[in-house]
Amino acid sequence: MALKGNLRDFSFSQLLNLISLAKKTGTLEVLGQEKAATISFEEGKLSYAQNSKADNGLAAILLRTEKLTDKQFQVIKDKAEDIGDKELGLMLINSNYVTQDEILSSLKQEFVSTANDLFTWEEGIFQFENNVKPSPDKISLLINLENIIIEGSRQLQEMERLQDELPSLDMALQFTENPGTNIRNVNLSVKEWRVVSFINPKNSMKQIARTTKLNEFEFRRIVYSLIQAGLVEIIRPEGVDPPSPKIPTLPVETSEEQKSLVNRLITRIRSL
Amino acid sequence: MQTVKMVVTGPFSSGKTQFIQTVSEIDVVATERKISSESERIKETTTVAMDFGRITVDDDLVLYLFGTPGQKRFDFMWEILSEGMLGFVVMVDSSRPETFREARRILETFRAYAPTPYVVTANKQDLPDAWEPEDMRIALRLSPEVKLLPCTATDKESVKNALLELLYSILERMDS
Repeated sequence: MALKGNLRDFSFSQLLNLISLAKKTGTLEVLGQEKAATISFEEGKLSYAQNSKADNGLAAILLRTEKLTDKQFQVIKDKAEDIGDKELGLMLINSNYVTQDEILSSLKQEFVSTANDLFTWEEGIFQFENNVKPSPDKISLLINLENIIIEGSRQLQEMERLQDELPSLDMALQFTENPGTNIRNVNLSVKEWRVVSFINPKNSMKQIARTTKLNEFEFRRIVYSLIQAGLVEIIRPEGVDPPSPKIPTLPVETSEEQKSLVNRLITRIRSL
Repeated sequence: MQTVKMVVTGPFSSGKTQFIQTVSEIDVVATERKISSESERIKETTTVAMDFGRITVDDDLVLYLFGTPGQKRFDFMWEILSEGMLGFVVMVDSSRPETFREARRILETFRAYAPTPYVVTANKQDLPDAWEPEDMRIALRLSPEVKLLPCTATDKESVKNALLELLYSILERMDS
Protein backbone atom coordinates (compact mmCIF):
# COMPACT_ATOMS: atom_id res chain seq x y z
CA MET A 1 0.00 0.00 0.00
CA ALA A 2 1.50 3.33 -1.09
CA LEU A 3 1.90 6.13 1.39
CA LYS A 4 -0.11 9.03 -0.08
CA GLY A 5 -1.12 12.45 1.15
CA ASN A 6 -0.50 16.17 1.06
CA LEU A 7 2.34 18.04 2.79
CA ARG A 8 -0.31 20.48 4.00
CA ASP A 9 -1.64 17.73 6.30
CA PHE A 10 1.48 15.66 6.90
CA SER A 11 4.66 17.71 6.86
CA PHE A 12 7.89 16.72 5.14
CA SER A 13 9.69 16.41 8.49
CA GLN A 14 6.97 14.02 9.70
CA LEU A 15 7.40 12.01 6.51
CA LEU A 16 11.18 11.80 6.89
CA ASN A 17 10.77 10.82 10.51
CA LEU A 18 8.42 8.01 9.53
CA ILE A 19 10.72 6.76 6.76
CA SER A 20 13.71 6.88 9.10
CA LEU A 21 12.01 5.09 12.01
CA ALA A 22 10.44 2.43 9.79
CA LYS A 23 13.74 2.03 7.88
CA LYS A 24 11.82 2.18 4.65
CA THR A 25 13.22 1.51 1.19
CA GLY A 26 11.45 3.16 -1.70
CA THR A 27 10.91 6.38 -3.61
CA LEU A 28 8.96 9.43 -2.57
CA GLU A 29 7.49 11.65 -5.27
CA VAL A 30 6.20 15.09 -4.33
CA LEU A 31 4.20 17.19 -6.76
CA GLY A 32 3.83 20.86 -5.89
CA GLN A 33 2.64 23.88 -7.79
CA GLU A 34 4.92 24.15 -10.84
CA LYS A 35 7.58 21.99 -9.23
CA ALA A 36 8.21 18.39 -8.31
CA ALA A 37 10.83 16.37 -6.47
CA THR A 38 11.77 12.72 -6.24
CA ILE A 39 13.69 11.30 -3.32
CA SER A 40 14.78 7.71 -2.86
CA PHE A 41 15.56 5.96 0.42
CA GLU A 42 17.43 2.80 1.30
CA GLU A 43 16.79 1.26 4.75
CA GLY A 44 15.61 4.63 6.11
CA LYS A 45 18.52 6.60 4.65
CA LEU A 46 18.44 9.10 1.81
CA SER A 47 20.00 7.52 -1.26
CA TYR A 48 19.09 9.80 -4.17
CA ALA A 49 17.23 13.04 -4.89
CA GLN A 50 16.28 15.10 -7.88
CA ASN A 51 14.03 18.06 -8.51
CA SER A 52 12.13 19.07 -11.60
CA LYS A 53 13.66 22.52 -11.85
CA ALA A 54 17.24 21.50 -12.53
CA ASP A 55 19.30 19.28 -14.78
CA ASN A 56 19.94 16.35 -12.42
CA GLY A 57 22.72 14.72 -14.44
CA LEU A 58 26.10 14.28 -12.76
CA ALA A 59 27.81 16.79 -15.07
CA ALA A 60 25.27 19.51 -14.23
CA ILE A 61 25.60 18.79 -10.51
CA LEU A 62 29.40 19.05 -10.71
CA LEU A 63 29.03 22.33 -12.60
CA ARG A 64 26.70 23.73 -9.92
CA THR A 65 29.12 22.74 -7.17
CA GLU A 66 31.96 24.30 -9.19
CA LYS A 67 33.91 21.07 -9.64
CA LEU A 68 33.65 21.47 -13.40
CA THR A 69 34.10 24.60 -15.48
CA ASP A 70 31.53 25.78 -18.03
CA LYS A 71 33.87 24.65 -20.79
CA GLN A 72 34.38 21.17 -19.34
CA PHE A 73 30.63 20.86 -18.84
CA GLN A 74 29.96 21.81 -22.45
CA VAL A 75 32.49 19.26 -23.74
CA ILE A 76 30.82 16.53 -21.69
CA LYS A 77 27.37 17.57 -22.89
CA ASP A 78 28.52 17.50 -26.48
CA LYS A 79 30.43 14.23 -26.40
CA ALA A 80 28.98 12.15 -23.59
CA GLU A 81 25.35 13.07 -23.25
CA ASP A 82 24.12 9.49 -23.47
CA ILE A 83 26.46 8.14 -20.83
CA GLY A 84 24.98 7.27 -17.43
CA ASP A 85 26.15 8.97 -14.24
CA LYS A 86 28.13 6.00 -12.94
CA GLU A 87 30.07 5.58 -16.16
CA LEU A 88 30.60 9.33 -16.50
CA GLY A 89 31.84 9.51 -12.91
CA LEU A 90 34.44 6.82 -13.59
CA MET A 91 35.55 8.57 -16.76
CA LEU A 92 35.95 11.90 -14.96
CA ILE A 93 37.92 10.30 -12.12
CA ASN A 94 40.17 8.41 -14.55
CA SER A 95 40.84 11.54 -16.56
CA ASN A 96 41.66 13.48 -13.35
CA TYR A 97 38.88 15.99 -13.85
CA VAL A 98 37.56 15.30 -10.35
CA THR A 99 38.21 12.94 -7.47
CA GLN A 100 35.79 10.35 -6.10
CA ASP A 101 35.42 12.40 -2.91
CA GLU A 102 34.50 15.48 -4.91
CA ILE A 103 31.79 13.57 -6.76
CA LEU A 104 30.37 12.12 -3.55
CA SER A 105 30.42 15.43 -1.69
CA SER A 106 28.80 17.21 -4.66
CA LEU A 107 26.04 14.63 -4.84
CA LYS A 108 25.49 14.78 -1.09
CA GLN A 109 25.25 18.58 -1.23
CA GLU A 110 22.76 18.37 -4.10
CA PHE A 111 20.58 15.65 -2.52
CA VAL A 112 20.48 17.41 0.87
CA SER A 113 19.65 20.71 -0.83
CA THR A 114 16.73 19.09 -2.67
CA ALA A 115 15.49 17.61 0.61
CA ASN A 116 15.92 20.92 2.45
CA ASP A 117 13.91 22.71 -0.21
CA LEU A 118 10.97 20.39 0.49
CA PHE A 119 10.79 21.61 4.09
CA THR A 120 9.63 24.98 2.75
CA TRP A 121 6.77 23.56 0.68
CA GLU A 122 3.46 24.32 2.32
CA GLU A 123 1.56 22.07 -0.07
CA GLY A 124 2.42 19.17 -2.31
CA ILE A 125 0.86 15.82 -3.12
CA PHE A 126 3.21 13.04 -2.10
CA GLN A 127 3.34 9.35 -2.80
CA PHE A 128 5.85 6.89 -1.39
CA GLU A 129 6.27 3.68 -3.35
CA ASN A 130 7.90 0.88 -1.41
CA ASN A 131 10.96 -0.78 -2.93
CA VAL A 132 11.15 1.52 -5.96
CA LYS A 133 14.79 2.41 -6.39
CA PRO A 134 16.57 5.00 -8.52
CA SER A 135 17.62 4.06 -12.03
CA PRO A 136 20.70 1.76 -11.93
CA ASP A 137 22.87 4.23 -13.85
CA LYS A 138 22.46 6.81 -11.05
CA ILE A 139 24.97 7.05 -8.19
CA SER A 140 23.33 6.34 -4.84
CA LEU A 141 24.53 7.41 -1.40
CA LEU A 142 23.44 6.60 2.14
CA ILE A 143 22.78 9.77 4.12
CA ASN A 144 21.36 9.69 7.66
CA LEU A 145 18.02 11.48 7.91
CA GLU A 146 18.35 12.72 11.51
CA ASN A 147 20.68 15.58 10.61
CA ILE A 148 18.57 16.49 7.59
CA ILE A 149 15.44 16.69 9.76
CA ILE A 150 17.19 18.87 12.37
CA GLU A 151 18.83 21.12 9.78
CA GLY A 152 15.64 21.33 7.69
CA SER A 153 13.55 22.33 10.71
CA ARG A 154 16.11 24.98 11.62
CA GLN A 155 16.10 26.30 8.07
CA LEU A 156 12.31 26.38 8.08
CA GLN A 157 12.37 28.65 11.12
CA GLU A 158 15.00 30.83 9.46
CA MET A 159 12.94 30.90 6.26
CA GLU A 160 9.91 32.14 8.19
CA ARG A 161 12.06 34.93 9.59
CA LEU A 162 13.44 35.77 6.14
CA GLN A 163 9.90 35.88 4.75
CA ASP A 164 9.02 38.40 7.45
CA GLU A 165 12.05 40.46 6.48
CA LEU A 166 11.49 40.17 2.72
CA PRO A 167 7.76 39.70 2.32
CA SER A 168 7.75 40.09 -1.47
CA LEU A 169 10.33 39.14 -4.08
CA ASP A 170 8.46 41.30 -6.62
CA MET A 171 10.46 44.32 -5.45
CA ALA A 172 13.87 45.26 -6.90
CA LEU A 173 17.22 46.06 -5.29
CA GLN A 174 19.62 48.93 -5.74
CA PHE A 175 22.99 49.75 -4.23
CA THR A 176 22.78 52.23 -1.40
CA GLU A 177 24.34 55.59 -1.90
CA ASN A 178 26.88 55.20 0.85
CA PRO A 179 30.05 57.05 -0.14
CA GLY A 180 32.15 55.23 2.48
CA THR A 181 31.49 51.78 1.04
CA ASN A 182 32.98 50.28 -2.07
CA ILE A 183 31.43 46.92 -2.82
CA ARG A 184 34.69 45.75 -4.40
CA ASN A 185 36.33 45.92 -0.97
CA VAL A 186 33.71 43.72 0.66
CA ASN A 187 34.39 40.01 1.01
CA LEU A 188 31.59 38.21 -0.77
CA SER A 189 31.12 34.55 -1.63
CA VAL A 190 30.76 33.40 -5.23
CA LYS A 191 26.98 33.09 -4.81
CA GLU A 192 26.77 36.57 -3.28
CA TRP A 193 28.73 38.01 -6.20
CA ARG A 194 26.37 36.25 -8.57
CA VAL A 195 23.41 38.02 -6.94
CA VAL A 196 25.26 41.35 -6.74
CA SER A 197 26.01 41.25 -10.47
CA PHE A 198 22.28 41.34 -11.27
CA ILE A 199 21.32 44.11 -8.84
CA ASN A 200 19.60 46.74 -10.90
CA PRO A 201 16.33 48.66 -10.43
CA LYS A 202 15.07 46.97 -13.60
CA ASN A 203 15.37 43.45 -12.15
CA SER A 204 12.90 42.19 -9.59
CA MET A 205 14.29 39.92 -6.87
CA LYS A 206 12.21 37.09 -8.31
CA GLN A 207 13.98 37.52 -11.67
CA ILE A 208 17.41 37.60 -10.01
CA ALA A 209 16.62 34.44 -8.02
CA ARG A 210 15.52 32.67 -11.20
CA THR A 211 18.55 33.81 -13.21
CA THR A 212 21.10 32.92 -10.54
CA LYS A 213 19.41 29.52 -10.07
CA LEU A 214 19.57 29.86 -6.29
CA ASN A 215 16.85 28.27 -4.25
CA GLU A 216 14.53 30.69 -2.45
CA PHE A 217 16.11 30.10 0.95
CA GLU A 218 19.66 30.74 -0.26
CA PHE A 219 18.56 33.77 -2.24
CA ARG A 220 16.63 35.36 0.62
CA ARG A 221 19.54 34.72 2.98
CA ILE A 222 21.99 36.47 0.62
CA VAL A 223 19.71 39.46 0.02
CA TYR A 224 19.00 39.78 3.72
CA SER A 225 22.72 39.82 4.55
CA LEU A 226 23.38 42.46 1.84
CA ILE A 227 20.58 44.63 3.25
CA GLN A 228 21.81 44.17 6.81
CA ALA A 229 25.32 45.18 5.71
CA GLY A 230 23.83 48.39 4.30
CA LEU A 231 25.05 47.57 0.78
CA VAL A 232 21.67 47.38 -0.94
CA GLU A 233 18.14 48.57 -0.37
CA ILE A 234 14.74 47.46 -1.57
CA ILE A 235 13.00 49.62 -4.15
CA ARG A 236 10.02 49.34 -6.45
CA PRO A 237 11.12 47.92 -9.84
CA GLU A 238 11.43 50.44 -12.65
CA GLY A 239 8.27 50.68 -14.72
CA VAL A 240 6.00 49.49 -11.92
CA ASP A 241 3.74 52.23 -10.61
CA PRO A 242 3.34 52.52 -6.84
CA PRO A 243 -0.16 51.81 -5.50
CA SER A 244 -2.10 55.03 -5.64
CA PRO A 245 -2.40 56.57 -2.19
CA LYS A 246 -5.91 56.26 -0.92
CA ILE A 247 -7.89 59.25 0.24
CA PRO A 248 -9.35 58.16 3.58
CA THR A 249 -12.94 57.03 3.71
CA LEU A 250 -15.09 59.95 4.86
CA PRO A 251 -18.84 60.21 5.29
CA VAL A 252 -19.00 63.35 3.11
CA GLU A 253 -18.44 63.62 -0.61
CA THR A 254 -16.98 66.93 -1.77
CA SER A 255 -13.38 67.87 -1.20
CA GLU A 256 -14.39 71.00 0.75
CA GLU A 257 -16.69 69.00 3.02
CA GLN A 258 -13.96 66.44 3.62
CA LYS A 259 -11.43 69.11 4.57
CA SER A 260 -13.98 70.77 6.81
CA LEU A 261 -14.63 67.48 8.57
CA VAL A 262 -10.91 66.87 9.19
CA ASN A 263 -10.50 70.44 10.46
CA ARG A 264 -13.38 69.85 12.91
CA LEU A 265 -11.57 66.76 14.15
CA ILE A 266 -8.35 68.76 14.55
CA THR A 267 -10.09 71.54 16.51
CA ARG A 268 -11.75 68.98 18.79
CA ILE A 269 -8.57 67.07 19.54
CA ARG A 270 -6.66 70.27 20.23
CA SER A 271 -9.32 71.16 22.79
CA LEU A 272 -9.07 67.88 24.70
CA MET B 1 -24.77 61.32 12.91
CA GLN B 2 -21.48 61.01 10.99
CA THR B 3 -18.82 58.67 12.31
CA VAL B 4 -15.18 58.28 11.38
CA LYS B 5 -12.63 55.85 12.72
CA MET B 6 -8.92 55.58 13.29
CA VAL B 7 -7.08 52.37 14.07
CA VAL B 8 -4.37 52.07 16.70
CA THR B 9 -2.15 49.09 16.02
CA GLY B 10 1.24 47.74 17.07
CA PRO B 11 2.89 44.70 18.62
CA PHE B 12 1.84 43.03 21.84
CA SER B 13 2.23 45.31 24.88
CA SER B 14 3.13 48.40 22.85
CA GLY B 15 0.58 50.57 24.68
CA LYS B 16 -2.41 50.62 22.34
CA THR B 17 -5.06 50.26 25.04
CA GLN B 18 -3.44 52.99 27.16
CA PHE B 19 -3.20 55.31 24.14
CA ILE B 20 -6.96 55.05 23.53
CA GLN B 21 -7.83 55.27 27.22
CA THR B 22 -5.89 58.51 27.57
CA VAL B 23 -8.08 60.45 25.13
CA SER B 24 -11.35 58.54 25.06
CA GLU B 25 -14.33 60.27 26.66
CA ILE B 26 -15.85 56.92 27.55
CA ASP B 27 -14.27 54.10 29.47
CA VAL B 28 -12.56 52.09 26.82
CA VAL B 29 -14.56 49.04 25.91
CA ALA B 30 -11.57 46.80 26.34
CA THR B 31 -11.91 43.12 25.55
CA GLU B 32 -9.04 41.97 27.68
CA ARG B 33 -8.32 38.46 28.87
CA LYS B 34 -5.71 36.92 31.11
CA ILE B 35 -2.68 35.86 29.11
CA SER B 36 -2.35 32.13 28.65
CA SER B 37 0.98 32.02 26.83
CA GLU B 38 4.04 32.06 29.09
CA SER B 39 6.12 33.74 26.38
CA GLU B 40 3.75 36.68 26.32
CA ARG B 41 3.41 37.02 30.09
CA ILE B 42 4.89 40.51 30.25
CA LYS B 43 1.59 41.82 31.49
CA GLU B 44 -1.39 40.15 33.10
CA THR B 45 -4.01 40.78 30.43
CA THR B 46 -4.12 41.46 26.70
CA THR B 47 -6.68 42.63 24.17
CA VAL B 48 -8.25 39.71 22.32
CA ALA B 49 -10.74 41.43 20.03
CA MET B 50 -10.38 45.19 20.01
CA ASP B 51 -10.35 48.25 22.19
CA PHE B 52 -12.92 50.82 21.46
CA GLY B 53 -12.75 54.51 22.43
CA ARG B 54 -14.83 57.52 21.43
CA ILE B 55 -14.31 61.26 20.99
CA THR B 56 -17.44 63.29 20.27
CA VAL B 57 -16.52 66.15 17.95
CA ASP B 58 -19.87 67.94 17.81
CA ASP B 59 -23.57 67.20 17.49
CA ASP B 60 -23.22 65.23 14.30
CA LEU B 61 -19.64 63.92 14.21
CA VAL B 62 -18.00 61.22 16.32
CA LEU B 63 -14.48 59.84 16.08
CA TYR B 64 -14.00 56.22 17.10
CA LEU B 65 -10.61 54.82 18.01
CA PHE B 66 -10.15 51.09 17.53
CA GLY B 67 -7.20 49.22 19.00
CA THR B 68 -6.14 45.97 17.36
CA PRO B 69 -5.37 42.84 19.38
CA GLY B 70 -1.64 42.59 20.06
CA GLN B 71 -1.19 38.86 19.87
CA LYS B 72 -0.29 37.36 16.52
CA ARG B 73 -3.04 34.75 16.57
CA PHE B 74 -5.66 37.49 16.27
CA ASP B 75 -4.19 38.91 13.05
CA PHE B 76 -7.34 37.92 11.17
CA MET B 77 -9.11 40.85 12.90
CA TRP B 78 -6.88 43.42 11.21
CA GLU B 79 -8.52 43.38 7.80
CA ILE B 80 -11.96 43.88 9.36
CA LEU B 81 -10.72 46.71 11.55
CA SER B 82 -8.91 48.51 8.75
CA GLU B 83 -12.02 48.67 6.55
CA GLY B 84 -13.07 52.29 6.09
CA MET B 85 -10.53 53.80 8.46
CA LEU B 86 -9.39 57.42 8.21
CA GLY B 87 -5.80 56.51 9.02
CA PHE B 88 -3.82 54.49 11.53
CA VAL B 89 -1.29 54.85 14.31
CA VAL B 90 1.44 52.22 14.71
CA MET B 91 2.57 52.03 18.33
CA VAL B 92 6.06 50.75 19.04
CA ASP B 93 7.46 50.14 22.53
CA SER B 94 10.74 52.10 22.43
CA SER B 95 12.20 50.01 25.24
CA ARG B 96 11.67 46.60 23.58
CA PRO B 97 13.77 46.32 20.42
CA GLU B 98 12.79 42.68 20.16
CA THR B 99 9.35 43.89 19.00
CA PHE B 100 10.63 46.19 16.23
CA ARG B 101 10.55 43.48 13.58
CA GLU B 102 6.97 42.65 14.49
CA ALA B 103 6.13 46.37 14.31
CA ARG B 104 7.47 46.52 10.76
CA ARG B 105 5.44 43.47 9.80
CA ILE B 106 2.28 45.06 11.20
CA LEU B 107 3.00 48.34 9.43
CA GLU B 108 3.51 46.58 6.09
CA THR B 109 0.33 44.56 6.55
CA PHE B 110 -1.80 47.60 7.34
CA ARG B 111 -0.31 49.53 4.44
CA ALA B 112 -1.27 46.64 2.18
CA TYR B 113 -4.84 46.50 3.53
CA ALA B 114 -5.40 50.23 3.14
CA PRO B 115 -2.80 52.72 1.86
CA THR B 116 -4.27 55.46 4.05
CA PRO B 117 -2.11 57.97 5.97
CA TYR B 118 -0.40 56.74 9.13
CA VAL B 119 2.04 57.80 11.81
CA VAL B 120 4.42 55.71 13.90
CA THR B 121 4.80 56.47 17.59
CA ALA B 122 7.91 55.69 19.59
CA ASN B 123 5.97 54.92 22.76
CA LYS B 124 7.20 54.60 26.36
CA GLN B 125 9.77 57.34 25.85
CA ASP B 126 9.59 57.92 29.60
CA LEU B 127 11.27 54.57 30.32
CA PRO B 128 15.02 54.56 31.01
CA ASP B 129 15.69 51.90 28.35
CA ALA B 130 13.78 53.74 25.62
CA TRP B 131 15.59 54.02 22.29
CA GLU B 132 15.98 57.44 20.69
CA PRO B 133 13.34 57.95 17.98
CA GLU B 134 15.98 58.53 15.32
CA ASP B 135 17.71 55.26 16.22
CA MET B 136 14.32 53.58 15.98
CA ARG B 137 13.79 55.09 12.54
CA ILE B 138 16.90 53.26 11.33
CA ALA B 139 15.98 50.02 13.12
CA LEU B 140 12.43 50.14 11.76
CA ARG B 141 13.73 51.12 8.32
CA LEU B 142 11.33 54.05 8.06
CA SER B 143 11.97 56.49 5.26
CA PRO B 144 12.45 60.16 6.22
CA GLU B 145 8.95 61.18 5.09
CA VAL B 146 7.26 58.80 7.56
CA LYS B 147 6.27 60.63 10.75
CA LEU B 148 7.89 58.95 13.75
CA LEU B 149 6.68 60.69 16.91
CA PRO B 150 8.06 60.36 20.41
CA CYS B 151 5.16 59.37 22.65
CA THR B 152 4.15 58.48 26.18
CA ALA B 153 0.69 56.95 25.96
CA THR B 154 -0.16 57.93 29.56
CA ASP B 155 0.38 61.61 28.71
CA LYS B 156 -2.64 63.27 27.07
CA GLU B 157 -0.63 65.93 25.23
CA SER B 158 1.58 63.26 23.74
CA VAL B 159 -1.41 61.23 22.48
CA LYS B 160 -3.12 64.38 21.18
CA ASN B 161 0.06 65.22 19.26
CA ALA B 162 0.09 61.82 17.58
CA LEU B 163 -3.57 62.11 16.54
CA LEU B 164 -3.09 65.66 15.31
CA GLU B 165 -0.05 64.70 13.22
CA LEU B 166 -2.12 61.92 11.65
CA LEU B 167 -4.91 64.39 10.84
CA TYR B 168 -2.38 66.84 9.34
CA SER B 169 -1.14 63.99 7.11
CA ILE B 170 -4.72 63.30 6.04
CA LEU B 171 -5.17 66.97 5.13
CA GLU B 172 -1.90 66.93 3.17
CA ARG B 173 -3.08 63.83 1.29
CA MET B 174 -6.29 65.67 0.35
CA ASP B 175 -4.33 68.64 -0.94
CA SER B 176 -1.91 66.57 -3.02
